[in-house]
Amino acid sequence: MVVPRPTLKWYERLYLPALYAGLRVTLGHLFSWRKSGVYGDKTRDQQFKATLNYPEELWTVPPGYRGAPYLVSDSKGNTKCVSCQLCEFVCPPKAIRIVPPGLDGPPADRPPAEKMPAEFEIDMLRCIFCGYCEEVCPEEAIFLAKDYYAGYDPKLMRRDYALTATRRGDLVFNMRELLERGGTHADGHGKWEHKQREADDQQTFPLKG
Amino acid sequence: MPAPATTETKPAPAAPPPIEKIKIKVDGREIEVPKLMPDWQGKPQPTTMLQACDLAGVEVPHYCYHPKLAVAGNCRMCLVEFGTPSMGPDRRPALNDDGTPKIAKSVLPYEPGTPRGAISCATPVSPGMEIYPSSPATKQMREAVLESLLVNHPLDCPICDQAGECKLQEYSVEHGQAQSHFVETKVHKPKAVDLGPRIMLDDERCILCTRCIRFTRDIAGDDALGIVNRGSFNTIAAWSEGGFDNNYTLNTVDLCPVGALTSKDFRFQMRVWFLKETKSVCASCATGCNIVVSSREERIYRFVPRENNAVNDCWMCDQGRLNHRWVGRADRLKDVLVRGQKSTWDVALGDIAGRLHRAAPGSVAIVASARLSNEELFLIKTLADRLGALTDSVPRDGAGDSLLVHGDKNPNSNGARIAGIAGAPMGSRLPQIAEGIASGVIRTLFVLGEDVTRHGISAELLARLETLIVSDILPSATTAAAHLLLPGCAHLEKHGSFTNAGGRVQKFMKAVEPPGDARAEWEFLSELISGKGAPGAAPTLEGVFAKMAAALPAYSKVTWGGLGETGATIALP
Ligand code: SF4
Ligand code: SF4
Ligand code: SF4
Ligand code: SF4
Ligand code: FES
Repeated sequence: MVVPRPTLKWYERLYLPALYAGLRVTLGHLFSWRKSGVYGDKTRDQQFKATLNYPEELWTVPPGYRGAPYLVSDSKGNTKCVSCQLCEFVCPPKAIRIVPPGLDGPPADRPPAEKMPAEFEIDMLRCIFCGYCEEVCPEEAIFLAKDYYAGYDPKLMRRDYALTATRRGDLVFNMRELLERGGTHADGHGKWEHKQREADDQQTFPLKG
Repeated sequence: MPAPATTETKPAPAAPPPIEKIKIKVDGREIEVPKLMPDWQGKPQPTTMLQACDLAGVEVPHYCYHPKLAVAGNCRMCLVEFGTPSMGPDRRPALNDDGTPKIAKSVLPYEPGTPRGAISCATPVSPGMEIYPSSPATKQMREAVLESLLVNHPLDCPICDQAGECKLQEYSVEHGQAQSHFVETKVHKPKAVDLGPRIMLDDERCILCTRCIRFTRDIAGDDALGIVNRGSFNTIAAWSEGGFDNNYTLNTVDLCPVGALTSKDFRFQMRVWFLKETKSVCASCATGCNIVVSSREERIYRFVPRENNAVNDCWMCDQGRLNHRWVGRADRLKDVLVRGQKSTWDVALGDIAGRLHRAAPGSVAIVASARLSNEELFLIKTLADRLGALTDSVPRDGAGDSLLVHGDKNPNSNGARIAGIAGAPMGSRLPQIAEGIASGVIRTLFVLGEDVTRHGISAELLARLETLIVSDILPSATTAAAHLLLPGCAHLEKHGSFTNAGGRVQKFMKAVEPPGDARAEWEFLSELISGKGAPGAAPTLEGVFAKMAAALPAYSKVTWGGLGETGATIALP
């Protein structure tokens, strides 16, 4: 296919009008005295600035921001993920890789859950932060981490809009890193502990409950 | 649902009398069904409502019914509403005003307003019967049955290997309801019970359909399983701890409609929805059970039997089923080696072609495994004829049984015989080859897929050869001695066909890629015979098959396409 080149008029060929049109946006910001909506919660000092001294100064993420997917632990520090691989299946860009435990793999942190992954990786360069994994997870074990649950580490969470590294491999987080960043997420129901308790109760006679 | 009508029935005894047909209605549609249909043993029995619905193309959900097992009628999942023509006081069929027969729907005797369903798997049809598998009443019955099956069910789906192929999941979505009326604490039963060396049982998930019990008692002939305890505490148990141990136990894992019986080999290995399914045959004995190979990303996870009523029905033996780990072994041969140095196919095949061309007639011998495909054995025979080479295969005898396992452990002995590779009996020419090497008559040996040092051609003899060409999959003493080593493929890594002990020619399809530089034997053999890219070289397997069918009278009536998924039986010469 041949794409015809547009013939430029003489003033277009000067390039100065185009340069000016571009600079107008930048300069407009530079000399803007309007309060920026995005930076509304900045200190007074910075309110009128369009730029910040990154990375010393960090951007406060707006409320609509979802975060990046991390694995969470329950209130006792146990891995919640049971290696059901639904997130791996649903993930549109196939960013998640799970190595199931097999028969001889690591036993689950919570015995009645029977299994947990031998390895769990998320490639943050592939992830499109869609949140499907969080939505599909039957165990509430993976969350796009933000500061909405107790016990999150603001230092770690702050990083998730700036996933940066010097090598590609460093952005493929393994299970340990994912759990570290995810922190704990205390769910109210404690499904597996509850199952275990019920089963234990039925071992005694007369039966309780 | 596996159709009770089977793809091909075993040869029936001379022309059975024509079976009477009866007219019934399924969902208001009139159809004719045979009065008798084969039961699980193939004996004619009155056609059941479930079979009739199946003939009408309406699926009736069921758990305990299986076309290859005795009917138990215990799960109640197959309940349907139905009606039969009513009789007037004059013992004549009562008629509606428009002249159609009056149908009396089956109702509870003490509550005539409530429909009374019947289990369609065990209720025979009668003339004029109307079955309503899609009626609101049937739907309600299914909802209620599912609700009661789930009363004590743990809903372990995230950790259950069956998830994704679980009938309880499927029917709950299709026929169940989201709410349960039960608020009681669920009964907890033993989990991860060691039922036998290959089977793990989760009693909480079991729906007590007894398929496993009936299979092992009636088909495997090992009455090892039963139900113990009462009521909600019913559990499946083996006669002794870990005592469920026959060569067919893993079929119960396929039969189990839920995740109660799991294979230790597959347990927690991979979720089933990731698995790619390839139709193949088992290569562990001459029966050639039809299988589905489940793989993901070039790794094989399991074999599952595939229905073929001319060979293995719906079953396969445990030994064959578990014979897959070696395919992914780390020490698989991956490189073409010329005198121990890594080389390329072009160099090696050129070298071999030159050597074979220069070899004096009668100075070449070929030992080709009866684990190679028909097409490969045919190509080897073509090569052998050209060189006047002495050929043979290696017999592999073991124990057989009366159900499936054959004493011949080669999957394609008949293929080797038909192609004319094997001696009569197989292996009888091996001593001759050994003598030939010892006396210096045989200077070149081509070995495909066998370790000849274990079959009478010792390493010392191999050392005397001018040229030893070996193609194999795993390293052995023979591959270690090879001057030219060609890495080959497992049958799971290539297309081809085997001819089983009964003369059934069956296809297998490629499930995974071979490792490294390994290539399918038929590919490099056709290249070796015809020269690379030469006109007349059959570049496709179908092409090789067509040539073989034209050259070997035994295969004259079969075509690659005609083999279909379940193969075709030929007359053995
Ligand atoms: S957020 Fe979306 S893209 Fe990222 S890991 Fe989860 S499912 Fe995959
Ligand atoms: S994170 Fe959730 S969805 Fe993903 S494997 Fe673990 S339990 Fe399953
Ligand atoms: S048997 Fe089926 S429904 Fe029950 S836990 Fe397993 S997958 Fe889920
Ligand atoms: S273990 Fe499976 S096949 Fe056996 S009775 Fe229970 S549900 Fe049926
Ligand atoms: S399938 Fe009919 S009762 Fe189980």
